[in-house]
Amino acid sequence: MNIVVLVKQVPDTWAERKLTADGTLDRASVDGLINELDEYAIEEGLQIAEAQRAAGNEAEVTIVTMGPDKAAESIRKALSMGADKAVHLLDDGLAGSDALSTSYALAQVLGVIGFDLVICGSESTDARMGVMAAMLAERLGVPQVSLASKVEIDGPAIRIRRVSEDGYFEVEAALPAVVSVVEKINEPRYPSFKGIMAAKKKPVQTLSLADAGIDPAAVGLGGAATEVVDHTQRPPRAAGTVVKDEGDGGVKVAEFLAAQKFI
Amino acid sequence: MAEFLVLAEHTGADVKKVTLELITLARRFGEPSVVWTGPGAEQAQARCAEYGAAKIYVAGDAVFDDLVVAPAAALLAQLVAEKSPALVLLAGNAQGKEVAGRLAVKIDSGVLTDAVDLTPGQGGPVAEQSIFGGATIVHSRVKRGTPIVAMRPNAVAPVPEPGAAELSPVSLAAEATGARVTGRVVAERGERPDLTEASIVVSGGRGTGGAEGFQVIETLADSLGAAVGASRAVTDAGWYPHQFQVGQTGKTVSPQLYMAIGISGAIQHRAGMQTSKTIIAVNKDPEAPIFELADFGVVGDLFKVVPQLLEEIGKRK
Repeated sequence: MNIVVLVKQVPDTWAERKLTADGTLDRASVDGLINELDEYAIEEGLQIAEAQRAAGNEAEVTIVTMGPDKAAESIRKALSMGADKAVHLLDDGLAGSDALSTSYALAQVLGVIGFDLVICGSESTDARMGVMAAMLAERLGVPQVSLASKVEIDGPAIRIRRVSEDGYFEVEAALPAVVSVVEKINEPRYPSFKGIMAAKKKPVQTLSLADAGIDPAAVGLGGAATEVVDHTQRPPRAAGTVVKDEGDGGVKVAEFLAAQKFI
Repeated sequence: MAEFLVLAEHTGADVKKVTLELITLARRFGEPSVVWTGPGAEQAQARCAEYGAAKIYVAGDAVFDDLVVAPAAALLAQLVAEKSPALVLLAGNAQGKEVAGRLAVKIDSGVLTDAVDLTPGQGGPVAEQSIFGGATIVHSRVKRGTPIVAMRPNAVAPVPEPGAAELSPVSLAAEATGARVTGRVVAERGERPDLTEASIVVSGGRGTGGAEGFQVIETLADSLGAAVGASRAVTDAGWYPHQFQVGQTGKTVSPQLYMAIGISGAIQHRAGMQTSKTIIAVNKDPEAPIFELADFGVVGDLFKVVPQLLEEIGKRK
């Protein structure tokens, strides 16, 4: 089974994140790391591959990332967790791509390398759009089995638990398919020392736009279908009232709620 | 007047509040046409009319419930081609955003998600988004195709205004494909409102000390008719189910009132609640960053403050 896990390098959510003058994400001035929600996707890919191998089937986990040079750090981390190889879509022409053009570029890469199962995190912590699995399934013409809190492979079928607003759905589809996983589906493993050493020898293939057959006019700032008009720092909220509980804290909250007509 | 498509969120017969918000918003620009997938449009017609829907396109086929996301996107793409609307509005919850994403690919149009406001602008509507945990405000627009915008629930208040809400049957021209729903499980939530739609959210954090301590949060929520939320520390520890997590990797809420009880307010939590209209915090640590956001804060023991508050609410009812 050919399992592809999509990984995005994002700015650390603890860092002060900014946009640059052209409205794109400032990736240079902050530390990057694997999008936290993608770690669950990597772990799920590794667990599915392990189960396949245990059942006597061949299985391989390929990491795919799109991003600048720095994104290689995230590839290393994913390989040290146990993925077998990686593909890095790396081209200056990609800078400023929006979700729509990113999905086009990734779909082209997936077409080149082939897949039985594509796994991604439910969203990235920087853009937080949560659209990539849906967009890729649409582009690739395969079922979308997204927002999974549980994944089960059963021969040519995949069954998941899809989280909904008020519970979950049981969902079934035929492979190949695109899966997105939610937090808490598993507990992502830490890379072992052995894993970190082994990752240094694992193959990482770099693809340019031309290598993946990507039309340069359809990606980057020029290919984006959306644009940032302006952006500003949110002004700090007007300072509120903070009181120390002197035995009447609950009464004070109630008075505030009553003054605001909440009770 | 330009036609605006609004994809309805509903429970079969009841139209959800977020859809009434979207209809209200669409009236700023033109004529709202609701797109209804699955059964129940007739029962919801009056409510849609009350909030100013001009039309309701009804695709009553069961396929919209049986298959995940794809048929709704296919129907919207078909209606965009037939009706040439000026904009498509969807609810910015997980499923709404997925429909928006697929639609964007189908019609090669730009998509904006998690908008908290939408205003007319040169070259089309301008969406306001609150990003990086609420630290940055961005205005964006779609520059190619029919703009697709997924709005954060509670971004605008629903305002009634009579509309015709004329039912207009439509059917999906293409064969529906996609992953099949084989079962549905609804989690126990009692009578509480949806977390993302609720006007009041009461959230508990590490300060509750455990599942037992967390019950005080539920009691307070029920006394206010509120939804219950939880910080990541709470859901990670298993004190409360994961689906109620508010924050960077959980749900984003924007209620009229957000009460953070025993929550320190790390940036990851703030990412999920910073656009709440009024914020109240109770925490024993005076240095807790949540107090920077709070309109009203009490430094104290939540197990003393909350029971007293409950008593006061009881007296005032």
